[in-house]
Amino acid sequence: MMPDKEKNEFASWQVNCPVSVTANADCVTLAHGEGGRLSRKLIQDRIIHSLKNEFLIAMNDAAHLPEIQGPLALTTDSFVVSPLFFPGGDIGSLSVFGTVNDLAVSGAKPLWITLSLIIEEGLPLVVLDRILESIACAAQETGVKIVAGDTKVVPRGAADGLFINTTGVGELIKPIPPGPQTLQEKDELIVSGPIGRHGIAILTVREELAMEPVPQSDCGSLIRPVKRLREELGDQIRCLRDATRGGVAAVMHEWAEACGLTLSLDERSIPVSPEVRGVCELLGLDPLHVANEGTMLIAVKQGAGAAAVEVLQSLAETAEPRLIGTVNPRGIAPVTVRRTLGPEQPLDDPLGSPLPRIC
Amino acid sequence: MKYLDEYRDPGAAQLLLDEIRRISSRCWTLMEVCGGQTHSLLRHGIAAELQGTVELIHGPGCPVCVTDQAAIDFACQLAQKEDVVLTSFGDMLRVPGSRGSLLDAQTAGANIRIVYSPLDAVELARTHPEKQFVFFAVGFETTAPATALAIKQAGRYQLENFSFIVSHVRVQPAMESLVQAPDHRVQAFLAAGHVCTVMGFESYEPFVKRYQLPVVVTGFEPLDLLEGILACVKQLEANEARLENRYARTVRSTGNLAAQDLVQEIYQVCDSEWRGFGMIPEGGLELRPEWQNFDARMRFTEPALRVIDLDECRSFEVMTGHIKPPECPHFGKSCNPESPLGAPMVSSEGACAAYYRYDVTAS
Repeated sequence: MMPDKEKNEFASWQVNCPVSVTANADCVTLAHGEGGRLSRKLIQDRIIHSLKNEFLIAMNDAAHLPEIQGPLALTTDSFVVSPLFFPGGDIGSLSVFGTVNDLAVSGAKPLWITLSLIIEEGLPLVVLDRILESIACAAQETGVKIVAGDTKVVPRGAADGLFINTTGVGELIKPIPPGPQTLQEKDELIVSGPIGRHGIAILTVREELAMEPVPQSDCGSLIRPVKRLREELGDQIRCLRDATRGGVAAVMHEWAEACGLTLSLDERSIPVSPEVRGVCELLGLDPLHVANEGTMLIAVKQGAGAAAVEVLQSLAETAEPRLIGTVNPRGIAPVTVRRTLGPEQPLDDPLGSPLPRIC
Repeated sequence: MKYLDEYRDPGAAQLLLDEIRRISSRCWTLMEVCGGQTHSLLRHGIAAELQGTVELIHGPGCPVCVTDQAAIDFACQLAQKEDVVLTSFGDMLRVPGSRGSLLDAQTAGANIRIVYSPLDAVELARTHPEKQFVFFAVGFETTAPATALAIKQAGRYQLENFSFIVSHVRVQPAMESLVQAPDHRVQAFLAAGHVCTVMGFESYEPFVKRYQLPVVVTGFEPLDLLEGILACVKQLEANEARLENRYARTVRSTGNLAAQDLVQEIYQVCDSEWRGFGMIPEGGLELRPEWQNFDARMRFTEPALRVIDLDECRSFEVMTGHIKPPECPHFGKSCNPESPLGAPMVSSEGACAAYYRYDVTAS
């Protein structure tokens, strides 16, 4: 169900959306999802028109994909972000970058993705068009093709404007980073850029916090940085992960659990933009717990951290990478942080969504 | 970042720590009143650094932690009504009443919205006349003026679909009640800087004289806290009891007069039930009779639920300095942030949560 505030904004759709279904309706109706003429028109005129490629144009029940050599990687993700458009991105670009990034950090070259749209009745067609355009741009930027899809329309109130699911297939490229279970003492931890930007951008716009400048999401592709890192560092890389929900802290906890060691971070070297830091200080949030959508963590063997930072620094997507910590014998907690002042402290695993404090 | 980094400078902090250690002839026991201060003392390792020199008792200054369970139960009860939307601040949502938290109620289908300002709740009520909106107003004198403004605004719009559960509490009566206990251990107070920003600090003069305890108005950043602690220790070593303002960049002796006028106009002082403490005379605020049409307890005639008191949480002993959170037998075992027995383990300002998060020895 959409929150009341959004419902209020969406209430204007009702005015523009006639009850009778016509081909000229300027918003998505239940009839668009019923499989008839309107469904075909929606798919042909809008979805295929925006995303056109040889696989989609064939309009088969299943996409016939060319043979590839070597093992595959497969991932799926659903996107329910509210609002649909936010500073620095929208649900469309997010749904492509999110899945593509998951493939890239797993060691795969992203090739194809599927796209399922669950549309709430009443979504303006101009909104849908803008999102499809954004999906097309993101697909082009990342070099993936949208090869199959599905469209469902659900009654008003059964979704929040638009939900998207994307499933991605990629070709695993050797040597595949062996994963966090292979982390060893003295390995080095790197973050590819300033943290917490996506979560704070969403929070600011969702709650209408009048921040100037408006915090921007880091929503973007990590394909090029991952590719360059792997080319330059090869088997020096232990593991990579985009730090989405739960932020840096959640990834660190997963890695610590996998290897049984302590991951120790140094707060002073973790990049945080003034906008993100300002909102976090104001609301009592820890940037380490806030979501990212185009920022990743990399663990490399001892001594390889500086080279990794140098590679990332040369790329526009990851211009502010930092060495933020090391892997140590299991100590006081699975993940620790040394802040500007005071002793090394445990860094807690995020519990639910961060709630702003009262004062 | 300006106004932040200069108050977290490690070199300056070390100088203050050294000075506190140098002048202390014995271990002094201070109480920081505010939960925000507790959080900062633990997060920046100050409490640990001063071990043996200054013992810090973490006072009752987390308004979420002292909110009466009956008020939370009432809020949950209203939130579950078909046509009601309950609004409140974020960290109120996880605090358990005697029958679960607002988040539990939300999971069970209640309509609950987090707001960042009570005025946002007024706006929601104005734009959705078909629903009844209730704002669950918690906090000390710091948040009371914002609620007062919202009530005035609701009055101006003549909103008939908006009401308040007022659970505002007052700091000074709680401090009085603490030092009136025969076994209290407090030798000096760090007064909450933000409360003094609104209310000023002149009202502490009679308190200092009566109880002969130093009171130092203190801020929240590490250097603010260390300056406040140093000022307390200096007074104690000189056998003095004075009122001092060490948060002068924000606090004036008279406070914010416009905010105080607003509080006066809307509320009157009342006795108040504090969770963990019991009834504190003059410990709370309630709506004046002329504003009572905005009182949710008048608007809704829900039968009062009996508070199921399991009596396991030992927050009273924590907040009065008789035990440190890790000394509670439930700490980190049956009581943790995922399944808290009491409010201090839930709120980001709560003493138990601060120890759970930051204290190395505790975890």
